[in-house]
Amino acid sequence: MSTAAAVILWTGATFYAIFGGADFGGGFWDLFAGNAEKGERPRMTIQRSLTPVWEANHVWLVFILVVLWTAFPDAFSAIFTTLYVPLVLAVLGIVLRGSGFAFRKSVEGLQERRAAGATFALSSIVTPFFMGTVVGAIAAGNVPAEGHGDAFSTWLQPLPLFIGAMFVATSAYLAAVFLVGDSRRAEDREMEVYFEKRALGAGAVAGIFAVVGLVALHSEGHYVYHHLMHEGLPLVIISAVCGVGMLVVLATGGRLLLRPLAALAVVAVIWGWFVAQFPYLLPTSLKISEAAAPDATLSAIFVVFGIACVLVLPALFLLYFLAQSDYLEHDH
Amino acid sequence: MAFPGALPLAASATTNLFAAREQMAFTLAFHIVLACLGVALPATILVAHYIGLKKNDHDAIELAQRWAKAMAVTFAVGAVTGTVLSFEFGLLWPHFMERFGAAFGIAFGIEGLFFFLEAIFLAIYIYGWKRLPPWLHFWSGVPMFVTGIGGAFSVVAANSWMNQPQGFTLDAAGKVTEVEPLKVIFNPATPYEVPHMILAAYMVVGFLVASIYAVGMLKGRRDRLHRLGLLIPLTIACIATPIQLFVGDTAARAVAEDQPAKFAAMECIQKTGGHQTEYIGGICTSSGVKLAIPIPDLDSLLVGFSPNTKVTGLNEIPNDERPPVNTFIHLAFDTMVGIGSGLLLLGLWLAYSWWKKRDIPHTPWFLKAVSVSGIGAILALWSGWIVTEVGRQPWIVNGYMKTSEAVTNANGIWGAFIFTLLLYAAIGTIAILVLRRMSKRWREGGEGTAEDEPAPYGPEATA
Repeated sequence: MSTAAAVILWTGATFYAIFGGADFGGGFWDLFAGNAEKGERPRMTIQRSLTPVWEANHVWLVFILVVLWTAFPDAFSAIFTTLYVPLVLAVLGIVLRGSGFAFRKSVEGLQERRAAGATFALSSIVTPFFMGTVVGAIAAGNVPAEGHGDAFSTWLQPLPLFIGAMFVATSAYLAAVFLVGDSRRAEDREMEVYFEKRALGAGAVAGIFAVVGLVALHSEGHYVYHHLMHEGLPLVIISAVCGVGMLVVLATGGRLLLRPLAALAVVAVIWGWFVAQFPYLLPTSLKISEAAAPDATLSAIFVVFGIACVLVLPALFLLYFLAQSDYLEHDH
Repeated sequence: MAFPGALPLAASATTNLFAAREQMAFTLAFHIVLACLGVALPATILVAHYIGLKKNDHDAIELAQRWAKAMAVTFAVGAVTGTVLSFEFGLLWPHFMERFGAAFGIAFGIEGLFFFLEAIFLAIYIYGWKRLPPWLHFWSGVPMFVTGIGGAFSVVAANSWMNQPQGFTLDAAGKVTEVEPLKVIFNPATPYEVPHMILAAYMVVGFLVASIYAVGMLKGRRDRLHRLGLLIPLTIACIATPIQLFVGDTAARAVAEDQPAKFAAMECIQKTGGHQTEYIGGICTSSGVKLAIPIPDLDSLLVGFSPNTKVTGLNEIPNDERPPVNTFIHLAFDTMVGIGSGLLLLGLWLAYSWWKKRDIPHTPWFLKAVSVSGIGAILALWSGWIVTEVGRQPWIVNGYMKTSEAVTNANGIWGAFIFTLLLYAAIGTIAILVLRRMSKRWREGGEGTAEDEPAPYGPEATA
């Protein structure tokens, strides 16, 4: 039963990584789109695809927090009493990012727009980076079950920092791929090429970080490395195959498989992490079964999750459909 | 000294406790105003939208459109300040979550669900102006109304549980071993706390929106749009107010019964007994209430409908379990009741004028009263939460866990608090500036300007 709750937790993490990650990546490309004149078109393309699905993407983070503190209160406390420094920095990024998003459309004048936009974009890098260091510190086994680990040495280490950088690169890669898809759909050749280049670059960098991360994992987090290379190996291979496959589709101008392949490459890594640290929630100090709340609480979470699947998913699909289809773009 | 580390740890926890409580209080006070807008603005928007469609009233449609655009901004900011609160549970109160997350957390799962749905339907509604068929578009906004209430229900149920915890079993080590989720959610404080907060949200939003148009009318903008913009929200708020006074009265009686320490602090009752005096205002001291207006027997009468009703005094509460800053709690309670009564009178004034001549009172004093009613309602809201939260101290989970046991011993809490103050001050200022500018643009642009106003969640400007 506790394993099922952990699966729900990782499902939330998967959605957040794909959709929230693409959001962060949008901010990344916004930041590096150059001056106001040069960057206007890509920024416009980014905003157009981000805007309607913004909050829905962000809610996955809240979902992860709630499931973590309800289903695994001990782990929640251990993580928050140990990694509070990167967590505070991540939440600072979230505050600035959300405010930038709330205000950027309503402010007037180039100067102000630029300030709001820059806040939004810069924090789009800060947030995934520090979230990555949190995940890295957990995977490396630096969070003790009883909490109160060292405030700095637990995450200021090569592996957590590499994972942080990998999160940023992966976000950028996902966003670029999604934006290529959007541009191909809109038959905007210029933006298609623009984001193709960036998808390739970010994909390559994310890949390099993944390999470097594996090396760091080898030296730091023995348990997780060992299991990633055994039980988790199929998922690692799937991720690599999808990554390469995505590059092929990108080069040949395909549209249909582009996003699924890019997403699957990321999904496989997340579940590889799950499999690699199983049965631990905090390797190797706290097992999932030890950290879990009483059964009735877990059941309540399953019920809520079930209702979410019935109510939220259709509504979410409706929103994605309305945002993606041309239906809303014509007047009635 | 079995644990050499215990001493510095305890010291750091004590200094942290004050900083953490202040930070939590400040971020909650900021968020709750935005939360009210998320709970009660949808209904206000939909009423205007409905009138607009039903009577083909362009002004009403225009108002619905403007309010929806403003709500997009406040909702986006509220989502941020709400996320901060989720992190604060772990960053400030990790030991509370560790011990009680399994029980306390459940309601937040349900809240997450409602918030998720509200976010989605807000996006659909904002995106849908002129893009969906009119009535379909109206109905696409209705889920926001339902989810706003559902979200308020779940969060306040969680808070009610902190006041009246039940539905869990503790083992010898104080760890939660069994949980009954339904008992957690439907705890004895839920039936009065939840409606009290939902009505408060409707009062805050109704009076706040009306006050904006009252200010405009005082500046001489007497067009139909302003009249309607005043009347729709003010009517909603004036309907909510008498119900709120009834619910609040019931709540106070329930608190007297279930949380005697909090009630004694609210009313400055020093000694248990019948014939308790109701004190209005004043300073609470252990030798009685100073500088207050005393009304003999009224407190007993209010609690049990008889002057002989016995009410528990602070003398029965152990010293280390008494709420702190008694005067502050007492005055907060009086402020809430006082403002609520004032708003009730305002509603009666409007009702009388409407009954007599189908119009709002013509004296500028009425508009002046309405223009401060929004701030008044927010002050009453904050006062009410001060009573609930400070009145429960020193407990975080009433009778089970003290707030001092829950707080983190991380370093730098004061620094984080000061930084938060500055950051929130900036966000609050920008939010108000942005909303004011939106309103200025609409005023200058006339009808139809709001339609093209770019908003968060909404489509890009076509320019």
